[in-house]
Amino acid sequence: MSAGYVTGGRDRRRLTRHLRLGDRAYRRVLQGFGVFVLVIFVAVGATLFIQAWPAFKHSGPGFVTGTTWDPSHAIYGAVPFIAGTLFTSAIGLALAIPIGIGAAIFLAEYAPRRISGALGMLVELLAAVPSVVYGLWGFLVLGPIFQNTIEPRLSWLPFAHGAPLPVGLLLAGVILAVMVLPTIVAVTRDLANAVPATSREAVFGLGGTRWQMVRTAVLPAIRTGVVGAVVLGLGRALGETMAVTFVIGNTNAVPNSLIAPAQTMASLIANEFTEATEPFHASALLGIAVLLLVIAVIVNALARLLVWSVSREVRETV
Amino acid sequence: MTGTPLKTFFAPDSRSTVAAEAEARPAPAITVRGLGVRFGSKLALSGVDMDFPTGRITALIGPSGCGKTTLLRSLNRLHDTTPGARVLGSVHLGDLDVYAPEINPTEIRARIGMVFQRPNPFPTLSIYDNVVSGLRLNGIRKKAILNDAAESALQSAALWDSVSHKLKTSAMRLSGGEQQRLCIARALAVEPDVLLMDEPTSALDPIATSRIETLLRALVKQVTIIIVTHNMQQAARVSDYCAFLMVEEDRVGHLVEEGLTLQIFSKPADPRTEEYVTGRIG
Ligand SMILES: Nc1ncnc2c1ncn2[C@@H]1O[C@H](COP(=O)(O)OP(=O)(O)OP(=O)(O)O)[C@@H](O)[C@H]1O
Ligand SMILES: [Mg+2]
Repeated sequence: MSAGYVTGGRDRRRLTRHLRLGDRAYRRVLQGFGVFVLVIFVAVGATLFIQAWPAFKHSGPGFVTGTTWDPSHAIYGAVPFIAGTLFTSAIGLALAIPIGIGAAIFLAEYAPRRISGALGMLVELLAAVPSVVYGLWGFLVLGPIFQNTIEPRLSWLPFAHGAPLPVGLLLAGVILAVMVLPTIVAVTRDLANAVPATSREAVFGLGGTRWQMVRTAVLPAIRTGVVGAVVLGLGRALGETMAVTFVIGNTNAVPNSLIAPAQTMASLIANEFTEATEPFHASALLGIAVLLLVIAVIVNALARLLVWSVSREVRETV
Repeated sequence: MTGTPLKTFFAPDSRSTVAAEAEARPAPAITVRGLGVRFGSKLALSGVDMDFPTGRITALIGPSGCGKTTLLRSLNRLHDTTPGARVLGSVHLGDLDVYAPEINPTEIRARIGMVFQRPNPFPTLSIYDNVVSGLRLNGIRKKAILNDAAESALQSAALWDSVSHKLKTSAMRLSGGEQQRLCIARALAVEPDVLLMDEPTSALDPIATSRIETLLRALVKQVTIIIVTHNMQQAARVSDYCAFLMVEEDRVGHLVEEGLTLQIFSKPADPRTEEYVTGRIG
């Protein structure tokens, strides 16, 4: 045995010490990043809150429960915009979820490889279109179509009364759906593609059809990931400003119909911030921003709860 | 280097049927003629002619890549689910032409069950729902029927005693060996005529493996079994018939010879078979 073996032990010790050092440094750096993210979040929240405080104090609980927004009389109630935000996002998701999951399953399970590759690329391209383009398109192209063709045919719906306009809740919701659709499709398709062949063949081997395979092997395996994709889309829908501002109608009232013009929290801020000269007006807009942040956090927490309960339960899905 | 003495593979009393069968080979459950499989332009298997005797265990052996899995999957039309795969030649289940155009492959797969290399229970389903999943897929909803089928399938898979009190728990809580027996129970619940098994014990420890081998000997009374295995001892221990496949430089996967296991292991007709079963190649 040569001396190499004797020093080997020491070398190895030195090596592991190096590794530990590297390990620790790496961990510190990651910790730093984590703390940084937290600090930014808290800083944004705190400054918003401080700036919004005068308006909160001025309006009291009425800021959250009031339905009137009248800066010239210094009356600030956020309900119209909370409603506008939640309704447009709900419409957007109600359309985007079934269409998106359906399209993703088609691409992953039914379409021939070449078609699914080409369509998949198109979907990813859609995700890269800037929101101002969607807004313009919605305003110039979809708006007239909605006013003249679609909305007159919806009057049989329970909440679709009123004069058809080239703007409104429904149009904003549809634009949001178009915008979140690519995310939902792309994520769901990738999740479905990642389901292992063994799971699929478990169903095929028992005499299952392709649709049964999708229902039994694919959907249960990807559902938590799909909820995640939907939450991502919801985050985008809640905060989307530019596109919605084009097509929402910018009317500061609680919408009384699916096709009525309205205002979302984000579009309100974008519309009014530059001319917020009335008393408390700018502060009230920052208050709206605080509410939007709170709603986003609540929605995320609810979604997480949903993911958690969905992944926990053992369910009869056959 | 010498191979293991062949006789030691056999427990002398393990298969009393073997000697008698030299005269009377049972009617085939599956008949295969001129079978080949192509993936895209690449031929993976060709010219297989073979009968799989009813109520017996047939082992498919051969070196890696010789087409055992490919052959097995062509029997229940599982290749239909792989883009680009094409099956040539004919497969008959009894009198039924498995690849006839009017045949629905899902019906074939309900009659020819399959157990895979890795246990693949449905991870989100309970033990009970896993066992009855095949019946549900085939449209059976009556609780009483499902319950009976679940119990008898789990009994057959030697799993009933250990899981009957926790049928509603997740299948993923079971050990690997139990999961594989659950997959066997799941396949049996549909009451198939034939059970295909692709290296069903390769992911299991020796004890779980031996339990499954014992199980197979009991099961073959109710279902014809075709099993792929890399383990010569396993082929010798569990199978009645044995088929040796091979792939060579100038020839894609093909059948070299088949016959009674006893004969394949003791006096094979082809020297390549002898080399393989005694461990000199592959
Ligand atoms: N889906 C597929 N696409 C293309 N080629 C394939 C496919 N499946 C199998 N093959 C090819 O077919 C040949 C036989 O493969 P097969 O899986 O049947 O071998 P095997 O005998 O089961 O091997 P192993 O013992 O390693 O499981 C191999 O050359 C393999 O590369
Ligand atoms: Mg194989």
